[in-house]
Amino acid sequence: MCGIVGLFAKDPELEPELGRLLASMLGVMSDRGPDSAGFALYGAGERGRIKLTLRGRDLDGVASALGEGVLGTIRDTHLVLSIAGSDEARVRTWLAEQRPDLVIIGAGERIEIFKEVGRPAMVAERFGLPDMAGTHGIGHTRMATESAVTTDGAHPFSTGRDQCLVHNGSLSNHRNLRRMLERRGISFATDNDSEVAAGYLSWRLREGASLTEALEASLDDLDGFFTFVVGTESGFAVLRDPIACKPAVMAETDRYVAFGSEYRALVGLPGIAHARVFEPEPARVYAWQRA
Amino acid sequence: MPVVDLAVTAKRGLNERLHRLPHDTLETVWLIENPQGQHALAAGLTAPVTVEIAGHAGYYCGGMNQRATLIVHGNVGVGVGENMMSGKIHVKGDASQSAGATAQGGLLVIEGDASARCGISMKGADIVVKGSIGPMSAFMAQSGNLVVLGDAGDALGDSIYEAQIFVRGSVKTLGADCVEKEMRDEHRRALRQLLDSAGIDGTVSVDEFRRYGSARRLYNFHVDNAASY
Repeated sequence: MCGIVGLFAKDPELEPELGRLLASMLGVMSDRGPDSAGFALYGAGERGRIKLTLRGRDLDGVASALGEGVLGTIRDTHLVLSIAGSDEARVRTWLAEQRPDLVIIGAGERIEIFKEVGRPAMVAERFGLPDMAGTHGIGHTRMATESAVTTDGAHPFSTGRDQCLVHNGSLSNHRNLRRMLERRGISFATDNDSEVAAGYLSWRLREGASLTEALEASLDDLDGFFTFVVGTESGFAVLRDPIACKPAVMAETDRYVAFGSEYRALVGLPGIAHARVFEPEPARVYAWQRA
Repeated sequence: MPVVDLAVTAKRGLNERLHRLPHDTLETVWLIENPQGQHALAAGLTAPVTVEIAGHAGYYCGGMNQRATLIVHGNVGVGVGENMMSGKIHVKGDASQSAGATAQGGLLVIEGDASARCGISMKGADIVVKGSIGPMSAFMAQSGNLVVLGDAGDALGDSIYEAQIFVRGSVKTLGADCVEKEMRDEHRRALRQLLDSAGIDGTVSVDEFRRYGSARRLYNFHVDNAASY
C-alpha cells in the first residue's frame, strides 16, 4: 500500500517548522506503511560545500578520520558529512577503501536523507526529524508487498545530486529501463523499481530537461502504477499515472504546498481549514520552484 | 441534537452509536465535528436520521447507507456512498475516486467535482455532480442515473449496461459501447426530477444536457468485438 507525503514551504517563516510538520504527516501515514519509513529534507547549504548522507554502523570517528575540513553529524544510524566540493572525490575514494560497509544514500548541496525499518513515528523520532528545518521535504511509509522489509528497500531514493523521489505503486518495465539507464551511466544501489524511476528522472534532468519535462516524459516511458513526489534543490513536484491508480490529495495555501496519500496526513498543517484542498489529476505534472 | 467531537471521541464509538439507533429514534439530527479525514464515517447506517459532518471526510463515507441523510461540509475521500441502498448523501465539496460505486439506490449529490470512476458499476442510485467528473466514470454502470453539470473525462460509460448518463458540458471521450442517445420527453422529465431533487432550480435547463447510454453491442460475446471486452 505505502503512504507518501511532501511539504514545500513558500513562506520562509515556515522553514523552522518543516521537520515537525513532516514528522506528524509521516506518523499519520503509519496505517498505510508500518514497516519502514524514510524522508529527505532540504536544509541549509553552504556554497562550495556538499553533504553526503551515509548509512551504517560504527559512525563515530569517520568524520575525524577523513581529516580537516570534514564535519560530521551523526543521527542514529546515519551520518551526514559536510565537505568541500573540491574534496568529494578524495572522500568517496577513502570511504570506498576504508569503509566499504557504509552506504552513501544521498549527496547534494542541501539534501539529507534518512530511512530505517520500524514504525514511521519512531523512525522520525530516532533521526530527530521534528527538530530539523528546511525549505521542503518528502517522506514515505512502506508496506512491503513484493520484497523484504529492509532499509535498502525504504524510500526516498536519490540517484542524482539534490534529487530524490518517493513512490507509491509499482512499475512493470523497470528491468528494461534499468538496463537502458545503466548504459547511459546511471547507477543503482538496489533492485528496487522505485529507484529506477528516480534514476530515470535523474537521467532526463542530466540531459537538460526541466523537472516538469522529465516527469512528462516519464508518462511515456514508465509502465505501471505510480504516484510520485519528487524533490530537487529548488523544486517540488507531483505526478500520478494516467489512470490515477494510487491515492493523492494536495493542499495549497499562501504559506505552503502539501501532499498526502490521504487527507488525514494534512490535518495538522497550519491553516488547513482554509487551504485549497484538491486531488491532483492523472497524468498532469504539478510543480513548484523556489524563487 | 447529539454533537460528537471526533477530536475526543473515537470514530468506532460514533459509528456504533449510529448503528444502534432504532428506526423510530427521536435523535434524528447528529452533528459530527472534527472529522479530520477519517475513514468510514457514518458508514452502514440504517435509521432515517440526518448526520452532518463538519469538515472533510476520508474513504467510504456513508458507505452502504440505508435511509439516512448525510451532509458533508467538506470534501470526501475514495468511495463516498459506496453501495448505498437508499437515503441521501450531500457532499458540499469535492469527491475523490469511485464516488457512489456500486450504489443500488438513494441520491448522491456532489456540489464540487468528482474524480475518476464516479458511479463505477452503479446499480440503481442517482448521482448528481454539479462540477465535473474524472475519467472512467460510470464504468460498467448497470442502472440508475448519473447527471453531470460540468464536463466528463476520458472513457465515459465504458462497457455500460442500462444506466443513463446526462452531461451538460463536454465529454472528453466515450468508452467502449457508450454512445450519445436521443433526448426524448421522458428523459427530459426524468432529468428535471433529478435536478429538482438535487436542489437545482430552473435556471439550469434540461435542454442543455446530452444523454449517453449503452449501444448494447457488447451484451453478448461476439468474436468481432473481442478487443472491446
